[in-house]
Amino acid sequence: MLLKYILKRILVMIPTLLITSALIFTVINLPEGDYFETLSAEMQAQGEKADLSRIEFLKKEYGFDRPVTERYFWWVAGLLQGDMGYSFEYQRPVREIVGDRLMLTMIVSFVTIIFTWIVAFPIGIYSATHQYSWGDYGLTFIGLIGLAVPHFLLALVFMYAANVWFGTSIGGLVDPQYLNQPMSWAKAASVLEHLWIPVIIIGAGGTAGMIRSVRANLLDELQKQYYVTARAKGLPPGKALRKYPLRMSLNFFVSDIGDILPSIVSGAEIVAIVLSLQTTGPLLIRALQSQDMYLAGSFLMFLSFLTVIGVLISDIALAILDPRIRLQGAATK
Amino acid sequence: MDILRISDLHLGFTIHGLARDVVKGVSLRVPAGKTVALVGESGSGKSVISQAIMGLLPRAGAITGGEILFRDPLAPENPIDIASLPAEGKEIRSLRGGRIGMIFQEPMSSLSPVHTIGNQIEEALQLHRPTPKPEARALIEAMLKRVGFKDPARAFGLYSFELSGGLRQRAMLAMALICQPALLIADEPTTALDVTIQAQVLDLMRDLQAEMGMAILLITHDLGVVANMADEVVVIYHGEIMESGPVEDIFRRPRHPYLKALLKASPHFDMEEGERLVALREARPRPPAAPRPAETVKPSGEAAPLLSVHGLRKAYTTGSRSFFGKGTQHTVLAVDDVSFDIQRGECLGLVGESGCGKTTVSKIVMRAVTPDAGTISFDDGRAQIDVLGLEGEDLRAFRPRVQMIFQDPVSSLSPRMTVMNILREPLAIHDKGSGGEQTARVKALMEDVGLDVRFLNRYPHSFSGGQRQRIGIARALALDPDLIICDEPVSALDVSVQAQILNLLKDLQAERGLTFLFISHNLAVVNYMADRIAVMANGRIVEIAPRHALFSRPMHPYTRALLKSVPFADLDRKLDFKLAAPGGASDASHWAPAFRRDPEGEALTHLALGEGHFVLARPGADIREMA
Repeated sequence: MLLKYILKRILVMIPTLLITSALIFTVINLPEGDYFETLSAEMQAQGEKADLSRIEFLKKEYGFDRPVTERYFWWVAGLLQGDMGYSFEYQRPVREIVGDRLMLTMIVSFVTIIFTWIVAFPIGIYSATHQYSWGDYGLTFIGLIGLAVPHFLLALVFMYAANVWFGTSIGGLVDPQYLNQPMSWAKAASVLEHLWIPVIIIGAGGTAGMIRSVRANLLDELQKQYYVTARAKGLPPGKALRKYPLRMSLNFFVSDIGDILPSIVSGAEIVAIVLSLQTTGPLLIRALQSQDMYLAGSFLMFLSFLTVIGVLISDIALAILDPRIRLQGAATK
Repeated sequence: MDILRISDLHLGFTIHGLARDVVKGVSLRVPAGKTVALVGESGSGKSVISQAIMGLLPRAGAITGGEILFRDPLAPENPIDIASLPAEGKEIRSLRGGRIGMIFQEPMSSLSPVHTIGNQIEEALQLHRPTPKPEARALIEAMLKRVGFKDPARAFGLYSFELSGGLRQRAMLAMALICQPALLIADEPTTALDVTIQAQVLDLMRDLQAEMGMAILLITHDLGVVANMADEVVVIYHGEIMESGPVEDIFRRPRHPYLKALLKASPHFDMEEGERLVALREARPRPPAAPRPAETVKPSGEAAPLLSVHGLRKAYTTGSRSFFGKGTQHTVLAVDDVSFDIQRGECLGLVGESGCGKTTVSKIVMRAVTPDAGTISFDDGRAQIDVLGLEGEDLRAFRPRVQMIFQDPVSSLSPRMTVMNILREPLAIHDKGSGGEQTARVKALMEDVGLDVRFLNRYPHSFSGGQRQRIGIARALALDPDLIICDEPVSALDVSVQAQILNLLKDLQAERGLTFLFISHNLAVVNYMADRIAVMANGRIVEIAPRHALFSRPMHPYTRALLKSVPFADLDRKLDFKLAAPGGASDASHWAPAFRRDPEGEALTHLALGEGHFVLARPGADIREMA
């Protein structure tokens, strides 16, 4: 039953990804001109004589003399084989450029999600079970500050503080000497030393939001009859809370995983620029500006893939967690 | 010996800093092995008392005086005063679920949907009587078998949403009784169930009580249930005990005016033609002998019926659909070949248990659901309208002709609209009159349903259930419809308010010559309202007859089972509990062969018995012989 369900979900992913890829490719092709025109315009503006024959050659090389649809199919075919195309700006395959950053991005995202949950859940539970107490108000207030302060501002403050008090180097995810070095224990330690700043900053807003949702969801569930039943059985309050309402309110968060994955990867660009993190965010912004289309397109495609994987994970987790989804499965018509 | 003795109990609630007493000096007792019914309407404080006994009062509530003495038969020499125990302490927790079990009104929401039945029962057992796993499992399965699960081993691993309402309540009973408590508190245990299922569950409770010897505190508003279950009765009104005593005294010699009024307000089967329920408060002064327009009731056959429904059929497909189209699909015929006519000015009652398809029929008539087959024609006075063929502007013009009154007066009114906006909305949608005319119309509507026009600026939350239902009625009247579909309009209301609403509907029908399609599962209510009654089971109309014919000469086994399952508020006519079929009355395999479909033979048809009495049976069956 569960296997069939998972298989079905995976099959649904295929058309979803195809449609997204078409959309992304269309959107990227929407602006006037292409990378080469931007390039020759820039060169002319800087007084250099554009090497027209070279540009012509490049255009032909990358298939820009072909119709858009054909280019789209070559791109998709490449993606399927793991070839993300070639970045014009960096003159290197997209894979090489993105590869390093992806690793760092995923580390930052993953740690941020964990951080958000570890902080938000206990606080949310406390707020819900002590509704309208001073503790509830205080924690809510702190959470709202986290939600309201702009991230880049928080980033600047933290960077300064970390540098003054802990001597952490300004910006980046590793000390400069480890940049472009193979992974080593020292480099890993350096990453860890830098990691907490972006994690706290990126996580701050999310944590505050999540505290509110945990609180609201749990308050709803605490009103439910089955919680009264559980207590009428003689369960101690803590145990009854963990087994019944908390479990039910988990549904909400699990179904949220699908949104969290890409939003943390793509939502943190500004912070990443301020902190000059070598993550993917700044790269994407730059690529979009210069119409470096394969870099931008393949990267966006990667984000969509993450989304779809996130949804898949949350669907499977939900099915395991909630028998109603597992057993009633498909929607009734 | 009294298991429970409550004396001079006071309970207070603090809301927005205001302390308010909801229970004012209540004293009652529950003798060992007996059933005591605590009877009262919503808001009377009966549920709060049960919460206080369990130590489960909401945070805003507190015991402000009195004592709740619980004398455990296992340790009769030291009674425990529950009122003095700390709310979440160890002592009260060991009583809860261990010595005092509780079951609730809503069997669906009382069980966790994400844990198996077995898991939830075992939790109660392990908490109070730690038992090794295999023995626990055996104990639980024995208990599940006892409460009526046919395959207890399988039931152990089921989830609550896989069970019917009746089975869920049985599972709740198993959970409450697994530790063999001395006292079972049942808070409206059968209110949410169909009558035949109610009879079964009540029967089960009596059997279990005889077997296990526990006392039952039965909290209910249904005097019929009380008459059939209780040894002693306590009547509570606004937090005070009005009357209490043995059931014989209460029913045969009611003394308190409130109890007398309550007994008169419940509709029953022996009402005279034209007899009126005595509501505790009428919705509005009775109109001076409202003459029923003579032309409204015509003998059937003379004029074209207002609504004529023929051969309706609607199937729903459920079950998992695999990705490639096929899978384990089940097609459920929610409505199967349903035909009926409603004459202008008539009230047709549509009776059946939940899931029989009666609501689907009403939705089809409203054009909210499209049937797979069938025709509906509506006589608007000038021409016959093919309702199912209407599209676009024609459909829009037809909509005001048929209006609906819903079951739940809370969720059927938007909490964000004032009464004025609610009543005006239909007028605005259909562009009826100018702003001033609409306001005047809204005011007239309020008077029609007996509400003060000064309430127009209030929001629904400031009204009681009965008042809200009257707003719902006013909204249905706003567009001067010909046909009003009443979908269980009083099943969410207290007995006294129910009488008020039913009388209001009757008066409005007489004044305006309205036509009703009155849907209900409560036969007594339908008996009071309807001229003719159609009984539905498994998507089909199994019997349709004028009211008196149906009640005096029911033919179909399903109709008979329904009639036999209604508990009367009368000690001389107790339910014969053992008559109910084990699978519920709609289980066709228990019907006599003449009413079952013959696999090889012809399809069932409606046999005429004269006087507009039809019953669904095999063609050629000799029904007279079975009567």
